[in-house]
Amino acid sequence: MTSKPAKISVQGVTKTFALGRDTFTALDDVSIDIADNEFVTVVGPSGCGKSTLMNILAGLETPTRGRALVDGAPVHGPGPERGVIFQQYALFPWLTVRQNVEFGLRTTKVPKGERRSRAEHFIELVGLERFADALPKTLSGGMRQRCAIARAYAVNPSILLMDEPFGALDALTRVKLQEQLLETWSRDKRTVLFITHDVDEAVFLANRVIVMAARPGRVYDVIEVDPAIERNEEFRLSPEFAALRNRVWHSVYHQEGRTAAPSATHAATS
Amino acid sequence: MSVLDKRGARPGHPAPGTTSGEQAGSGSRDDRTTAPERGRSSGRGRFPLLLNAASVVLGVGIWWAFAAAGFKLPTPPEVVDRAGTLIGDGTLADDALASLTRVLIGFGLGTAVAIPVGFLMGWYGIARGLIEPWIQFFRTIPPLAIIPLAVVAMGIDETPKIFVIFLAAFLACVISTFQGVVDVDRTMINAARVLGAKDATIFARVVVPASTPFILVGMRVGLGSAWATLVAAELIAAQEGLGYRMQNAQLYYDLPTIFVGLISIGILGLLMDRVLLLAERKLTGWQERR
Ligand SMILES: Nc1ncnc2c1ncn2[C@@H]1O[C@H](COP(=O)(O)OP(=O)(O)OP(=O)(O)O)[C@@H](O)[C@H]1O
Ligand SMILES: [Mg+2]
Repeated sequence: MTSKPAKISVQGVTKTFALGRDTFTALDDVSIDIADNEFVTVVGPSGCGKSTLMNILAGLETPTRGRALVDGAPVHGPGPERGVIFQQYALFPWLTVRQNVEFGLRTTKVPKGERRSRAEHFIELVGLERFADALPKTLSGGMRQRCAIARAYAVNPSILLMDEPFGALDALTRVKLQEQLLETWSRDKRTVLFITHDVDEAVFLANRVIVMAARPGRVYDVIEVDPAIERNEEFRLSPEFAALRNRVWHSVYHQEGRTAAPSATHAATS
Repeated sequence: MSVLDKRGARPGHPAPGTTSGEQAGSGSRDDRTTAPERGRSSGRGRFPLLLNAASVVLGVGIWWAFAAAGFKLPTPPEVVDRAGTLIGDGTLADDALASLTRVLIGFGLGTAVAIPVGFLMGWYGIARGLIEPWIQFFRTIPPLAIIPLAVVAMGIDETPKIFVIFLAAFLACVISTFQGVVDVDRTMINAARVLGAKDATIFARVVVPASTPFILVGMRVGLGSAWATLVAAELIAAQEGLGYRMQNAQLYYDLPTIFVGLISIGILGLLMDRVLLLAERKLTGWQERR
């Protein structure tokens, strides 16, 4: 692990929801530290609290117990240093691509000229310049996702929280966007928390894969991936990748009654 | 250089909004619900317009046939003739103007009040709790039944007439505005929040545009109610107006005049509805059609 101070620190977070007269524990004593510029992926079965965790970090939900810190300060509501990309893109359908990208710049009172040029820059970054004045309804799924990415990037957040951003895309588009995301990340480092249900995706993108378990939602396993490895097709087809994938796969699909083991990085590979 | 590459800009890809509206790629389906079903009219081409015309001609033909067969109906020429007279002496224009003024004022006030009230109800639970029972209650009362009360309370000038039209338009519009605000997608609001938007911005830049389709549907329904209430409103000692003219004609079994009144109301209502439809197309064109 790194010796750098934690950019994101989740400390003993428990989240319960009222369910009629009962309470439902979505997250049970979850602790995660994420270093500056780290790329962390989270995988786990449906309902294990991945989105809940992200919403807490985004400031859209508050933990029932424990606390979430960003840059050492407790999270209170959303903030411009945390960009969020939702699974359903959540573009504003009545705004064009450009207006969508400018949305966060307007709310943060960026002057008009700069707003224009920054929007322009990020639209170009995701390759949508020919569609800058198009409405979301005319875009394909992959293009919408790229627009959502440009919109989040435009506010220049130091943290990106991504909830299954490529979940609805076909395999081809997905691989393409994964590579593009890594390319952006390696050139212009940010701290990324990337949620996925796809084991391959989790391994390919991550410096660290966090595997969660459900009922109650908790950290089940943590698998480090050597950040020195270059993420390319070669890696994707390599035996190292296969071994890592095996491990993560096992952790996700053959969860036993183990309790949270955030430090279990030495767990046996199958 | 660009990161997420420029796939979108590959040659041969149609520019947006020019030819095919839907250039669906891989996952272009979107599971967001598109608020009220838009008019199915979008799927119709020029040919159905011909069908519409043929249908009108056929309808008039059948009417004529019935009239000729001895039913208690004026023939189309009689009606046209009466329309000519009424236009000639200015009666029709005066009546139409009087009715139109009432409908426009009542409808205008109704929607102008309904939209903010609908927003309040949708946005603040307190407002909803306070206002909703009254709206539900008045909704069950036909505007006609309000007339005696309106006359006693407001006299017999324009006020009670406009009031009942106002009420009809208001009730129709307030409910759909409220529905629109309540139905705004949560993730849309969250997306705005994480982009730094505070309540006022979320309201103006997310809630208002997102509920516009509902509001416009409400306005169209409200307009329908306003016209429907007009004739009833003009029962109240009116001196002119299409509804008044028809009631007056009823006393003399003057069927052609009644027909002229009916057709005038129909045409005026239709024209106003088209204007709203046009506004709807302009303002809600961003919606995905299914
Ligand atoms: N607002 C809520 N009220 C009640 N229960 C909730 C709420 N939000 C989440 N839950 C419950 O918490 C659990 C975790 O939900 P969450 O959305 O975080 O799961 P997830 O890991 O993201 O699942 P998926 O992979 O299917 O997206 C689920 O069982 C869900 O039913
Ligand atoms: Mg989820």
